[in-house]
Amino acid sequence: MQNNNSSVHARVAEGAYRIRRFALQMGEVQGQGYVGQALGYADVLATAYCHALNLRPEDPTWEGRDRFLLSHGHYAIAFYAALIEAKIIPEEELETYGSDDSRLPMSGMATYTPGMEMSGGSLGQGLPIAVGMALGLRLKGNPAFVYNSMSDGELDEGSTWEAAMSAAHHGLGNLICLVDINNQQADGPSSKVMGFEPLADKWAAFGWHVQRVDGNDLAAVIKAFDTARHLTEAKPRVILCDTLMGKGVPFLETREKNHFIRVDQAEWQQALNVLDQAQGAAQ
Amino acid sequence: MSTTAKKPRLTTSAMIASIASEGQRVQAAPFGKALVELAANRPEIVGLTADLAKYTDLHLFGQAYPDRFFQMGMAEQLLMAAAGGMAKEGFVPFATTYAVFGTRRAYDFVHQVIAEENLNVKLCCALPGLTTGYGPSHQATEDIALMRGIPGMTIVDPCDALDTEQAVAQIADHNGPVYMRLLRGNVPLVLDEYGYSFELGKAKMLRDGRDVLVISSGILTMRALEVAKALEADKVDVGVLHVPTIKPLDVATILREAGRAGRLVVVAENHSTVGGLGEAVATALLTAGVTPQFRQIALPDAFLDAGALPTLHDRYGISTEAMSATIKGWLG
Repeated sequence: MQNNNSSVHARVAEGAYRIRRFALQMGEVQGQGYVGQALGYADVLATAYCHALNLRPEDPTWEGRDRFLLSHGHYAIAFYAALIEAKIIPEEELETYGSDDSRLPMSGMATYTPGMEMSGGSLGQGLPIAVGMALGLRLKGNPAFVYNSMSDGELDEGSTWEAAMSAAHHGLGNLICLVDINNQQADGPSSKVMGFEPLADKWAAFGWHVQRVDGNDLAAVIKAFDTARHLTEAKPRVILCDTLMGKGVPFLETREKNHFIRVDQAEWQQALNVLDQAQGAAQ
Repeated sequence: MSTTAKKPRLTTSAMIASIASEGQRVQAAPFGKALVELAANRPEIVGLTADLAKYTDLHLFGQAYPDRFFQMGMAEQLLMAAAGGMAKEGFVPFATTYAVFGTRRAYDFVHQVIAEENLNVKLCCALPGLTTGYGPSHQATEDIALMRGIPGMTIVDPCDALDTEQAVAQIADHNGPVYMRLLRGNVPLVLDEYGYSFELGKAKMLRDGRDVLVISSGILTMRALEVAKALEADKVDVGVLHVPTIKPLDVATILREAGRAGRLVVVAENHSTVGGLGEAVATALLTAGVTPQFRQIALPDAFLDAGALPTLHDRYGISTEAMSATIKGWLG
């Protein structure tokens, strides 16, 4: 068991490193992108795509797959990196990120990208879609999970709470919601824009199974996913993930906090070097 | 009070009021019954509502197929997104609420979740236009304008029970989102007298007329037929072209009929003058260079009053009497 755990951890850690790398490479292509969020959320995405999700990379619409909804469409750069790591999108394609006619537009859209289950961008839509998909899967007798991935800013949207209430009402044990709490939204720190604490209590009061973890503590994230998947209670599950924007690249971790983190042209390569060195030291 | 005289019955601004006139033939719950019948052999059909099953006749579906009926609570954004989610899983969801909530409140969810991915959701929304006296909160006088703005949205505005009943199977068979204005409860039955059948995307001549062509949809087709009968006494010959599908518009039939010389063309709709059938027909005519004398009978671009439906239909010019007088006035 210990060996199994450590091999899972190693595999997810390796995936998280590459997801960060792919995201930075895409950022460099356009000279911009939500890389601060991508670096912060890479550990959660790696846990999903290198460990938790039941997928067939060669068949992204396989009926038995776990569904993963990217409600925060602006995290597309992070998500494409995860899709590349999962071999759903070929690595060479990252060169096209954000270009005309690319399958990888800057905001995620279901009609453009294999493995993209919804068109995000208009925030607060993922969770209510997930409710419908989870009801549909249950009606079909399909045991797959629906994951909805969302940002802390989406906690402001009323539709999120309409969905939270109904997921509990309908006893959707096949629904797992992931919330990236990096405390940063367009107009500033999320807690200042619209205070959301006590967040765990809110979800619990809505009837959800709640876990709150350090979203950059890989062991904790993996354990939280496993707990959410193996729970037998007929209630929806949420994993609240506190993350650090820029995680893994110290000079970006400490940069002034903005919705769009500033990265100078020369810094893309420096960031990649920092990641590579850290990865080399870890192995 | 010493008088024993019977008090006159007060008119009412109640939310739910029948659109049938006294003594008119009606059918009960044509939408609900048709959906129950269709769903018997179509396991992919599911029903969702936002706390308005009873008031959209979807409760019949819920009683017949409790496993396929989903109560989403009074949450229209959720209703639309969850219907989209079920469509993604291969189901054909019929989602019901009132037209004001399905369009105005949930617009972005219809636009982004359902239409942008061309999902197979059928929005069936009750109290269209001025079919309730409850005031602007419940009067969907701009729903067609809103839905016309969404690419790929098919829009159906049935006239009566027959139209509604026949539309159900056809909108279910159509691949893509549909917005249908829903007539519920005791719905007038009118079109059976005209050898008519509903065909999605088709406009149909219900009666010919030399002097006036009324192009209409929804319950204003019923009014137009009454107007045509009423004006017979004045030797005014009124033709009626019923356009139950507003988008995509049957431009060919409209051009053919409106292009016939010597007729006043009147577009009549249970909707604001802004963005509905009138503007759609005007655009089609002008684009094709067909320029008959053109008039519009529609609700004003205003927040309408509360009141009894007959009062309001008179006030806003969509009662049979008001329409007849208006058209006669135009003929001079």
